[in-house]
Amino acid sequence: MCAKIHYIAPNIYCCGAGTAADTEKTTEILSSNLTIFSMNSGRNPRLIMAANILQDMLFRYKGQIGAHLILGGVDCTGSHLYTVGPYGSMDKKPYLAMGSGDLAALGILEDRFKPNMEMEDAKTLVRDAIHAGIMSDLCSGNNIDICVITREGVDYIRPYQESEYKDKRQRKYKYKPGTTPVLKENVVPLEIQLVEETVQRMDTA
Amino acid sequence: MDRYFDQSIKGVSTGTTILAVKFNGGVIIGSDSRASMGGSYVSSKTINKLIQVHDRIFCCIAGSLADAQAVTKMAKFQLSFHSIQMESPPLVKAAASVMKELCYSNKDELQAGFITAGWDRKKGPQVYTVSLGGMLLSQPFTIGGSGSTYIYGYVDSKYKPDMSREECLQFATNAIALAMGRDNVSGGVVHLVVITEDGAEHVVIPGDKLPKFHDE
Repeated sequence: MCAKIHYIAPNIYCCGAGTAADTEKTTEILSSNLTIFSMNSGRNPRLIMAANILQDMLFRYKGQIGAHLILGGVDCTGSHLYTVGPYGSMDKKPYLAMGSGDLAALGILEDRFKPNMEMEDAKTLVRDAIHAGIMSDLCSGNNIDICVITREGVDYIRPYQESEYKDKRQRKYKYKPGTTPVLKENVVPLEIQLVEETVQRMDTA
Repeated sequence: MDRYFDQSIKGVSTGTTILAVKFNGGVIIGSDSRASMGGSYVSSKTINKLIQVHDRIFCCIAGSLADAQAVTKMAKFQLSFHSIQMESPPLVKAAASVMKELCYSNKDELQAGFITAGWDRKKGPQVYTVSLGGMLLSQPFTIGGSGSTYIYGYVDSKYKPDMSREECLQFATNAIALAMGRDNVSGGVVHLVVITEDGAEHVVIPGDKLPKFHDE
């Protein structure tokens, strides 16, 4: 099934909404660039740098890359959450929702978010917000994945909750050979001619 | 996402109210804090429209959020480089010129306007406006954004040159509150920055502490 939480760095993950190919590739490019930067500078990547790189890239493409991203993680300056839009606008918030179900999720978040929540309360809040999106938006559905990032490490819970609305196959759908009758059979052999042959020796010493 | 897009500005826009006013000894630069999409959805209630481009120079942004953030990032870098080369803090006019150059050269692609204000040693407090097409103008005070149309009368009648800091704070707060009251794409809290020789001080006035004008 579709994984919408993308790895950026050991301490940074990114949720992507919008055009799936764009979110996948953009986050891959970001992850590669940050890894190279880490190796060159000897420093762990920071959220603000990841957000800036995304902003620069998406602005350059003038909205043609349909990536609505939420970046989150913990670095040496603390824990941060950024959103970057497809035209290159950036915002920093304590809670965010993007995608076609964002308004439904935002309703839950606006109502119950409090600063300095406990981890279990936060996980429940996120689960409820995604659930609201799944129920109210036709384009969201199936499982709920959660990724918890702390200073100690990352807990990528996939799935956090499986869909409560899965159905079982009603009948057997395998058909015996002969179920569809063959009315006529016509065999035409293709004539293949050898036109040209070249032999090239390869030096594999 | 497409349900939001029938505005001329693509993506998140700061339909906004911004202003900057000179007073005796400094400038006050102020804005609301609402960012909207398509004129019907508030995408952020707490967006920062007062960008610090140098120690004593701030820019307020109006128009497309993406364009404005890109231009101010570029301006911040260019000003920082300029001040290293000159070995002294940049003039407010230099900052405004950098913004103007970026806006004018890219006028076909960009949809953002700015107010640059600050303090420097040569001319003291100054206010410059850089409009959409790249016009640069120096004024004693200026207002901008979609909400500014509702307060031209107020600011024209109430502005006095050489106000004190408190009078000027009250003037700016009243102006932005009046604009927020009438313009649907301006709202949230009022952000003010007071820039003087001693530095820049940020004042935030939350919605419930704003002055009320016959609002029953």
